[in-house]
Amino acid sequence: MKLIIAYIQPHKLQDVKKALYKAGVHKMSVTNALGCGEQHGYEESYRGIKFEVNLLKKVRLEIGVNEDFVKKTIDAIIEGAKTGKIGDGKIFVVDLPECIRIRTGDKGNAAIG
Amino acid sequence: MGLIVLAFTAGPVFAESTGAETSAIEAAKEELQININVVWTCVAAFLVFFMQAGFAMVETGFTQAKNAVNILMKNLMDFSIGTIAFFLIGFGLMFGVTNGLFGTTDFAIRNVLGDGEHWNYTFLIFQTVFAGTAATIVSGAMAGRTKFRAYLVYSVFICAFIYPIFGSWAWGSLLNGNGWLEKLNFCDFAGSSVVHSIGGWLGLAGAIMLGPRLGKYGPDKKPKAILGHNIPLAALGVFILWFGWFGFNPGSTTVGNGEIGRVAVTTNLAAAAGAIIAMIVSWLKGKKPDASMSLNGALAGLVAITAPCYTVTPMGALVIGSIAGAIVVLSVLFIDEVLKVDDPVGAVSVHGVCGLWGTLSCGLFNAEGVLVTGGSSTGLFYGGGFSQLGVQLVGAGTCFAWAFGLGLVLFYAIKKTVGLRATVEEELKGLDIGEHGMEAYSGFQIFTTT
Repeated sequence: MKLIIAYIQPHKLQDVKKALYKAGVHKMSVTNALGCGEQHGYEESYRGIKFEVNLLKKVRLEIGVNEDFVKKTIDAIIEGAKTGKIGDGKIFVVDLPECIRIRTGDKGNAAIG
Repeated sequence: MGLIVLAFTAGPVFAESTGAETSAIEAAKEELQININVVWTCVAAFLVFFMQAGFAMVETGFTQAKNAVNILMKNLMDFSIGTIAFFLIGFGLMFGVTNGLFGTTDFAIRNVLGDGEHWNYTFLIFQTVFAGTAATIVSGAMAGRTKFRAYLVYSVFICAFIYPIFGSWAWGSLLNGNGWLEKLNFCDFAGSSVVHSIGGWLGLAGAIMLGPRLGKYGPDKKPKAILGHNIPLAALGVFILWFGWFGFNPGSTTVGNGEIGRVAVTTNLAAAAGAIIAMIVSWLKGKKPDASMSLNGALAGLVAITAPCYTVTPMGALVIGSIAGAIVVLSVLFIDEVLKVDDPVGAVSVHGVCGLWGTLSCGLFNAEGVLVTGGSSTGLFYGGGFSQLGVQLVGAGTCFAWAFGLGLVLFYAIKKTVGLRATVEEELKGLDIGEHGMEAYSGFQIFTTT
């Protein structure tokens, strides 16, 4: 089992969700996040005074999947989130040693699907 | 006999002294009445001005957080630009001596700078806030995707030309003009057509030229909800508008007498009925009493009663408001689902469609004979036949053709010159950052739900 964590542009969330549904991935958690990477921030101004916004708004997706879904999920996230410009985001894949469904007590692969 | 003699001998003497006294009293009474009229009309103008705040809150509340600064800026600027455009050009076109189509004098009210009674100044401020009301309706229909620059250009044209020229046809004789619609006895007391439909139909033209917001219609063409981000603000805005309408309608008498109360009653009844019926219809259609529809319903009642507020009975007002409450819900759904025009706040339904209904309702419910208003306009339901209804149809139809037609031309011209629609990226990130470099809710975390 893997845990796929992706940071994407907030306005691409809709497209990513669509691509994931198309790939048969219906489960995800979404949280708001702030972050900075290669993309430089942007300038805002307040009452005439300019300031740099360094931490940009991002959306964090977390999806736990079985091995056979890893590639499909990653491909779908890329399909939905990619614009080709700096700031599209990153995907992290980490090992997931255990997964338990609270309602039934199911463990492992059965619990995740 | 003695009395008659006395009357003959003493009569002229008495008459002379009381005559002078009476005329002095009459003059004082007249001056007092004029001043009461001025005070009332100014108070009403200030109430109508406050409706700008109402519109700003309704539109902000019903749209997304990422566009809040943008819509507030539009509301600020359409009134500010509109005020100056109306002062310099619009007022003269609307109320100057007419050439048959529009007024040609009184620009920047330069003829009355020394006016001792200052009625013209009072009249100007009162008419300015009305023009501002028409202008500010449109921003709601075009919310969330319009280039700010395009909106500034539009603001000049509505208050300088589109609003005042139609206004001169219906209301020109309130000062020096004389319009062809009012000669036909067109009834639009406070502006269901002149103010609200003009704004509503222009909004419709703008929304069509812009196209829907991204994500409003799915691939299957079904409409999706793009939720308003602050219903408390929207509700505050509706209450402010309702409050302001007590200046809009009763103020349009421009006379300080008992008619203020009468018009306030019809206005309030229609608003209340509109809210209740819109709630019921939305409850029946959607299984829950929808707050945003009920709020729109109150406004629908207010818009509808604006034309007939002076000429219908309280019972008539109740019926007019009720029907408006039903119309607005059905119209919002129709425009959204059938026409597929994206009107984020329902401005076209509230102001365009219910303004149309209010204008026509004069032809059905007018009862000036019963009310003893001095006029004689009588609608179909009070035995007046179809003549008033026919005139109302002509007026409302002209209003639609004028505002919608010119709106399409204007927004097409803007599209081809300064550009009408914001870029895709700007729209997705929100116009606040793209257009104004500022967030509405800095320090708050706005959750992305789309």
